[in-house]
Amino acid sequence: MINVLSPGLLTTVQDGGRVGWQRFGVPVCGAMDNYSLRLANRLVDNAPEEAALEVTMLGPRLRFEEPCVVAFAGGDFPLTLNGVSVGRGQAIAVKNGDELEIGAAARGVRGYLAVSGGFDLPEVLGSRSTYVRGGFGGYEGRKLQSGDDLPLRAPAVWLQDMASRRADPWLLDAPLQDRPIRVVLGPQNDVLSREGLDAFFYGEYTVTAESDRMGCRLKGPAVSFREGLDANIISDGVAMGSIQVPSGMPIVMMADRQTTGGYAKLGAVITADLPLMAQKRPGDMIRFDRVTPEEAAVALRRMRRKLENPDFLHEIW
Amino acid sequence: MSRDIRPCGDSAVTVEFRQVIDPSVNAEIFAFCQALERLQPPGVVEIVPAYCAVTVHFDPMVITMGELRAALDAIPEGTGENGAQDAPLIEIPVCYGGAHGPDMASVMAHTGLSEQEIVARHSGGDYLIYMLGFTPGFPYMGGMDESLSTPRLKTPRTAIPAGSVGIAGSQTGVYPIASPGGWQLIGRTPLKLFDLGREQPFLLQAGARVKFVPISAEEYERLDQND
Repeated sequence: MINVLSPGLLTTVQDGGRVGWQRFGVPVCGAMDNYSLRLANRLVDNAPEEAALEVTMLGPRLRFEEPCVVAFAGGDFPLTLNGVSVGRGQAIAVKNGDELEIGAAARGVRGYLAVSGGFDLPEVLGSRSTYVRGGFGGYEGRKLQSGDDLPLRAPAVWLQDMASRRADPWLLDAPLQDRPIRVVLGPQNDVLSREGLDAFFYGEYTVTAESDRMGCRLKGPAVSFREGLDANIISDGVAMGSIQVPSGMPIVMMADRQTTGGYAKLGAVITADLPLMAQKRPGDMIRFDRVTPEEAAVALRRMRRKLENPDFLHEIW
Repeated sequence: MSRDIRPCGDSAVTVEFRQVIDPSVNAEIFAFCQALERLQPPGVVEIVPAYCAVTVHFDPMVITMGELRAALDAIPEGTGENGAQDAPLIEIPVCYGGAHGPDMASVMAHTGLSEQEIVARHSGGDYLIYMLGFTPGFPYMGGMDESLSTPRLKTPRTAIPAGSVGIAGSQTGVYPIASPGGWQLIGRTPLKLFDLGREQPFLLQAGARVKFVPISAEEYERLDQND
């Protein structure tokens, strides 16, 4: 059991997402930064997309009521165990009564605390992800509050074998890199003028404060439409990372997006770069690069291979 | 090919059909989705039908976009032999007017029809569910009698009870969960459109047909599944 002493800004249980129910209008949800979710789970020998705590900007203070192994990956949040600083990106053995505090992010927005064995919470429609607007999934369908008790499942592997395992710093910081975010065009890029597309790919955009788990609103050069066309389409499906341009200003649709939408999508952020998008804070600048679906697939394969390569995890004992 | 397959990121494609809201296009989409489900190409994780497009989500670690395109292109066009006849007809009991339909008077004023006539026209025909979206289980339906068209409320309500049946412009719909909204409410169904406690949590699906059946307030009380 983990007892929540203080919940932080927005801490929810998230896994790889509620896949398979979009046709019924159920948003996928799940971790915003799927890469860091996988890394945290890998450090404690969980399944790659096991449910973890997603923390936002300011993390929670937790007390452990049983021994287990935890690992934190994602943004650069300071961690202390019983007041003593501990590193992110490593497996940490905790004892009964230990207190873990996750502070305010120095870089990035979101982090993932994985617990060996995972949380003993019911799956709703096949997932433990929290869907706050719908009020189901995760811990009672809501963000964590002080006093919540999170039950744990027994780990599959004996914990002594895991602590302390550490990830290479560059593996950990990959989603915090400052580089262009890659985009695949489509499906409705045709409604944009050539100047509109140029403005998007040559311009620089600022992440605004109106960004959340549903979408990331950007400010920058307006994207213009072809003569006689506008952003309205007959509603169709929206993928994670889809870039809508309702009034010429891009919105990148993220984990809690609605399943369908009535605005043209000029393209979508590639899966390998969604973690970068998820870690952008209000005020951060973004540039976009155009790639093909084939290049995107290569980038994703390379990213997953890095995560799975045992050379990048070190046993430090 | 009257279908156009376009990337929707690196892990989904949008299959575009004729870009009109029309039952014949929906029948093609229904047949396409059924064929795709039978085919079950490896790596396809979700099929999301909409008015005139189907979004196919896939795992690019399992199947390439090119391979998926080829599999989708092999699905014959049209509605096939069994087409839309397979679409189920779902009856939704509705208690019209009174406390369950607080905007009945406003719809009467706007349409110039009597309550009896509104109920007869609203429950007279059947409706096609083009897609689900907005909230879990919310149906986007077509087929309402044009004479019932009424604009949305000027000030949306902050909370509409689950099961409410409303009109917005030329559309009609049912709220599966309590949510804010500006639709003119003319009645309420005691059925739960979305219930996580049920083996099949969703009463409705894209491609199905819906018929509203008027019931009395007493019948509503008897059938009430909502709180």
